[in-house]
Amino acid sequence: MAISVDAPEVSANLCRKAHYTFTFLSDPDTEAIRRYDLLHKGAGEHGQDIARPAEFLLDRGGVVRWVNLTDDLRVRALPEQMLAAAKKLP
Amino acid sequence: MNERRFNWMLWSGLALAVVAFFSYFLFFARFPITRDVPWASYLLFIVATILLIAGLRRAPRKVLASIVTVIGISVFALFIGVVAIGSKLIPASHGAPKVGQKAPEFALRDTSGKVVTLQNLLASSPRGVLLIFYRGYW
Repeated sequence: MAISVDAPEVSANLCRKAHYTFTFLSDPDTEAIRRYDLLHKGAGEHGQDIARPAEFLLDRGGVVRWVNLTDDLRVRALPEQMLAAAKKLP
Repeated sequence: MNERRFNWMLWSGLALAVVAFFSYFLFFARFPITRDVPWASYLLFIVATILLIAGLRRAPRKVLASIVTVIGISVFALFIGVVAIGSKLIPASHGAPKVGQKAPEFALRDTSGKVVTLQNLLASSPRGVLLIFYRGYW
């Protein structure tokens, strides 16, 4: 499940191009992004507020089981790392 | 005669600097071992710099060779700026939910315009949910 400030149409386009089949949610008002304390002020293409990269794995109860808050845009969680964390879910 | 000879050291140094720059983003960034600390790229840049300086030293026309050398080293400097400074310009997050904490609820629209809540997602997932926040503008 992916969240960004992109409009639903923009994400729909991305899913089509990249053949992503998971859910993409649109947070143009940075509501959820702020609730998770992930706001990156003025970092958008036109100076808008956007999300900083972050990944959270939640169990069925909505409790965080694994989190990756990178301090470097180049160093984001890899699919293998996320799958490994998912395998440890109860 | 000698003056007309192609200064391959100088030009291959410049070409290698350009290759070192782009190969990081197109290739080395795909693998954590060459992504997190870009040692392979630094190595290419060091070889490029050695070639540029050696080329400059034996160049008959120092003005052009100096310009080429400065361009090549500037590419190296730009690379350091991007990977060592630019990519670390993200704000720290102190309030993000931590392991063991409950993730905050949200209600957002999906690509078809339908409102989806975290509760919905959790209810429809057999094991759990992975939330990926990303910068957007793709």
